[in-house]
Amino acid sequence: MTSTTPGAGATAARPGKAPAQRVREHIVEIVSDSGEGAQKAGQTYGAVSAKMGNGVWTVEIIPAEIKPPARSRAGASGIRVRVGSEKVTNTGDQADLVVALNEQVLYGRIEQKAYKPGTIVLLESKWAKDPREEVRRDYAAALVEFRALGLDVREVALEEACQQVAQDVRVGKNMFVLGMLCHITCRDLDRAMEEVAFVFAKKGPAVIARNQDLVRAGHAFGEQVLEQRYEIPPREITRRMMVLNGNQAIALGVMAAGIEMVAMYPITPATSVSHHLASAFRGVGGVVHQAEDEIAAIGFAIGASYAGKTACTVTSGPGLALKTEFLGLAVMAEVPLVFVLVQRGGPSTGLPTKVEQGDLLAALYGQPGDTPKIVIAPATIEECLHFVVTARKLAEAFRMPVMLLTDANLATGVQPIPRPEVAADWLAPPLDQSPWQQGVTAYDWDLDTGLSPRPVPGQKGGEYVLTGLAHTKNAKVAYDPDSNQTGCAMRSRKLAVFGESLRPPQVHGDAEGDLLVVGWGSTLGSIEEAVDRARAEGQRVSALHLRFLSPLEPGLAEIFARFRRVVTVEINYSDAPGAPHVTKDNRRIAQLAQLLRTHTLMDIDCWSNVAGQPIQPGAIHAEISRRLQALRGES
Amino acid sequence: MFGLKDDWELEVPERYFTLEDYEGGTARWCPGCGDLAVLTAVQRICRDEQLPPEKTVCVSGIGCSSRFPHYMKTYGFHGLHGRALPVACGVKSRRPDLTVWVATGDGDCCSIGAGHWVHAIRYNMDMVVMLFDNAIYGLTKNQTSPTSPQGLHTNTHPRGAWLPPLNPTAATLGFANVSFVAQTVDWNPAHLYATLVRAYEHKGLSFVRILQRCPTYTSQVFAEMQKDPSQLLLLTGGDNPELDAATARTFPNQQAHDSRDLAAARRVAEQHEPLPIGVLYRDPERPRYEDFTTVGLGMSDADKLVGLERELDKFSV
Repeated sequence: MTSTTPGAGATAARPGKAPAQRVREHIVEIVSDSGEGAQKAGQTYGAVSAKMGNGVWTVEIIPAEIKPPARSRAGASGIRVRVGSEKVTNTGDQADLVVALNEQVLYGRIEQKAYKPGTIVLLESKWAKDPREEVRRDYAAALVEFRALGLDVREVALEEACQQVAQDVRVGKNMFVLGMLCHITCRDLDRAMEEVAFVFAKKGPAVIARNQDLVRAGHAFGEQVLEQRYEIPPREITRRMMVLNGNQAIALGVMAAGIEMVAMYPITPATSVSHHLASAFRGVGGVVHQAEDEIAAIGFAIGASYAGKTACTVTSGPGLALKTEFLGLAVMAEVPLVFVLVQRGGPSTGLPTKVEQGDLLAALYGQPGDTPKIVIAPATIEECLHFVVTARKLAEAFRMPVMLLTDANLATGVQPIPRPEVAADWLAPPLDQSPWQQGVTAYDWDLDTGLSPRPVPGQKGGEYVLTGLAHTKNAKVAYDPDSNQTGCAMRSRKLAVFGESLRPPQVHGDAEGDLLVVGWGSTLGSIEEAVDRARAEGQRVSALHLRFLSPLEPGLAEIFARFRRVVTVEINYSDAPGAPHVTKDNRRIAQLAQLLRTHTLMDIDCWSNVAGQPIQPGAIHAEISRRLQALRGES
Repeated sequence: MFGLKDDWELEVPERYFTLEDYEGGTARWCPGCGDLAVLTAVQRICRDEQLPPEKTVCVSGIGCSSRFPHYMKTYGFHGLHGRALPVACGVKSRRPDLTVWVATGDGDCCSIGAGHWVHAIRYNMDMVVMLFDNAIYGLTKNQTSPTSPQGLHTNTHPRGAWLPPLNPTAATLGFANVSFVAQTVDWNPAHLYATLVRAYEHKGLSFVRILQRCPTYTSQVFAEMQKDPSQLLLLTGGDNPELDAATARTFPNQQAHDSRDLAAARRVAEQHEPLPIGVLYRDPERPRYEDFTTVGLGMSDADKLVGLERELDKFSV
C-alpha cells in the first residue's frame, strides 16, 4: 500500500475493539538509556508519518555524555515525535504517550515538564523482577510517584515479548517499540517496512528482514498493550517533500550555494553539518577540511575565500569565542565568508547538547572594535537550507562575513519541508581570472555605498596586500586619523545599504493590538502557535519574527507603535523581574530585547529562560495570557 | 649565411619580469635588519623563476618579519599573529596554481602559532615557509621568544631568560609527515638564496629556518657566528645547494650529509656548535594535503546540479 490519500495509514478497527480515536495531533516520546536505539526508532516513526502526509516535528533528547551510566536520571536519551494533521512547526507541549525503557530516565523528562496528568506511560516492567533489590525498590517507588503525578502508567513486559522474536533484545527492542507505536497510532505498516529497509539498506537483506520481523511483532504486540488507538489523519501530499534536520539542511544549503570548502573543528551541536558533507560533498566537487583547531578552521576558510573560493566555517559558542579574532579580520579586510553558528547553552562549555539563543550579542558585538557584518537567523529547517545560499551571495556582494545563527533545536529537529527547486544561479560564479582594471584600487570604495570590487589572486594587475591593519583604499597600511575613520565608515555603510533592500517584516496576526510577541530563530513555530491559540480565545495579540539581526529589518518602530506592549520571547538569560536586588534600572534583559531597545528607543520587555529546552507553545500561551490580564488590570 | 640557422627566430617571451616587478616599496625594517636579505633573496628567486606576480601569494602573521608581503609586489596576506599557516593552507587548498611563500617569526610560528606549525608540517602543502628567527620579539620591543638563548636579558626577563631555547629544526623533524627542513643564515646571501631555491623546488611544505639578525635587540646573539664562520657547519652533497667555490671556501667546517636519512637529519639538527646549515632533510614522497583538497576542482555547474539533485533525493519522501 503506497497510496498517499488521506487516512491511508489508518486501518479499520478490529471487531470488539474501540475504534481509533481521531486526533489532530499526537506527541510520543521514547526515552531510554543511551545506546538503546530510541532515536533510530523515533526517526523512522517520524519518516513514516511524513511519508503518510502528516506534519511532523522530531527532536532528539540527547544526554551530554556518549554513554552515561545506565538508569540515571540525567542520562535520558531518546526522542520526541510530534505528529499532526497539519504542518507541525515545533516540538509542542506535553507528550500524549511515552515509551520508557526504564523508570529512572523518566525523572529527567518530568523535571523538564515533558508530561502532563493523563500522559500514557508504557513502562518496561522487567525492573520489577530485577535481581538487585535496590532496582526493584526504585522501580516500585517510581510507580507510586509517577501515578501520584497523574501519569497513566501501564507496565509493559516489553523485553519479555521482544525476546520471543529477537536474537538480541539489546539491539532489537527499538524496532519492536517502533512496531508497537505504529499500531497504537495507526501508522501504515507497509510504509514502516519500506522505511526499515531504507534505514538498514547498508547492512544487507538479513538485517533488514530481522528488523522488519521485529516491527511486525511489535505491531502485533501493540494490540495487547493498549485498548485505545489514535488516528492522526494525514493530508494529501501535493508537493515533493524532504525530511531532514536543520544541520542536514545547512549541509545541503552549502552544496546548493556552490560553496566548495567547509573548514571546521568538531563541536557539538554543529558537527553533524560536516558529517553529512563529509560523505556527500565530493558529489558536488566540494571538500570538508577538519582543521587542527577552531582558529585554524576559520583561518583556512578565510584563506580559501581570499583566493576566490568563498568558504564556510561551522561552529558553536566556544568556537565563536576562539574565532573572534579572525572574524574581525574578515570584517576589516572585507573577506567574504559564510559563518554558521549553531548555538548551544552557554557561557563557557555550558550545555553542549541543549538549545539556547545566547550568542546573538556575541555574534553582533563580540569582536574588538567595530565589526559590522550581516547576521541572519533562519527560523525553520527550510530556511536553514535557503539562507546558506543567500549568505554566500550576500558575503560576496557586500564583501563581508555573513553569520547564520541557528541553534540546537533547529539542528536536531526533523521536519518535512518542500523539496527546493535548485537553480544554476544558486551556485557560485566561476573564478574571475581576467586582468584587473587599471586604476581601480584593492578597496576602491564607492564613497556613497562603501562597496568595492575585490581583486582575486591570479588577476593580473590586481596585486594587493590584504592586511588587518587600518588601511587606505589602496590597501596601504595607514595610521592617520582620516584613513581609519574612512575605512570604518565604508565598512559600516555597506550594512546601511543592504538594509535599504530589506522589507519590513510581516506581522503574524493583526497589525495592531494589545501585545506583540517578537522572536527570532527556532522559536517561530512555538510563538506563532501560542499566539494563534490566544487569538482564537479573542485576545488582541500578534507575533513578529525577525530573520535579519544585522542590519535589522526596517519599520520596526512603526510596527511596535501599534501595540500597547511589546515583549520578546527568547531562549537566553534575563533577570527575573522582582528577583532579589533586581530593579527596573539594573535588570539585565534578554538579547534581542536589548538590541531592539537600542534600535527603537522603545520600552521593550522580554520573557526568556535558559532551561536548555525548546520553549513550549503552552508556556508562551500562558505568559501571553498573564501579560494581557495584567494589562487589563491597568486599564 | 654567417653560420646562423635560418629557422632561427627570436623568442621574446610575452612578459619578462625584472626584480622591479617584485619590489613593493621601501621596506621599513631597521637598518641592518636581516629581513632585508631574505626579501632580496625571494625577489631574486621570483625573477629567476619568472613567477607571474599575480600568481604569487605571500602570507604572513604578525611581527617584524611578517611585514614581508607589503614589500613584495605580488598578492599578499598580512593576517593575524600566529595564524599565517592556516591562511596559507586555505589559499592553497583550492588554488594549487598559486605559488605561496610564508613569512613567519619565532614568536609567530613557535609560540602563539605553534599548534598550526605542527599541523601545517603534517598537511605538507606545497609552499615555502620561512622562519625568520631573530630569537626575540622585536615589534613589541624586546620580549623573550621561545628561541631566545637562556640568560638573554629582555624586558620580560631582565635577569635573563629562564629556560633553554626551543630548537625549531629539531622540533619540525619530529612532526609527522615532515618533507623538507633546511637551515640558513641571513648574512650569507649565496647560501640563503641557494637554500631558498631548493625549498622552492621541493613539492611540499619546505620549512626553512633562517637565523636572522636583529640589530636593535639581539645583535650580540649571532655576532660571533657571523664573524667566525667556523661556528657554522656547511652541509654538502645530496639535496644541498651547490655553492660556488669562492663561497664554499669561506666555510672551514663542512660535512657530507644524506638529507634523505631522517635519523641523520635529527642528529644534525640537535647540533649547535658548529651550527649546521643546508638541507637537513628532504622526502619528496610524502603525501600532500592538496591532493585531497583539490578533488572536484573545476566540476561543471551541470555536474554539480546533478550531484545536488542526487543528494536531495536521499532526503526526499
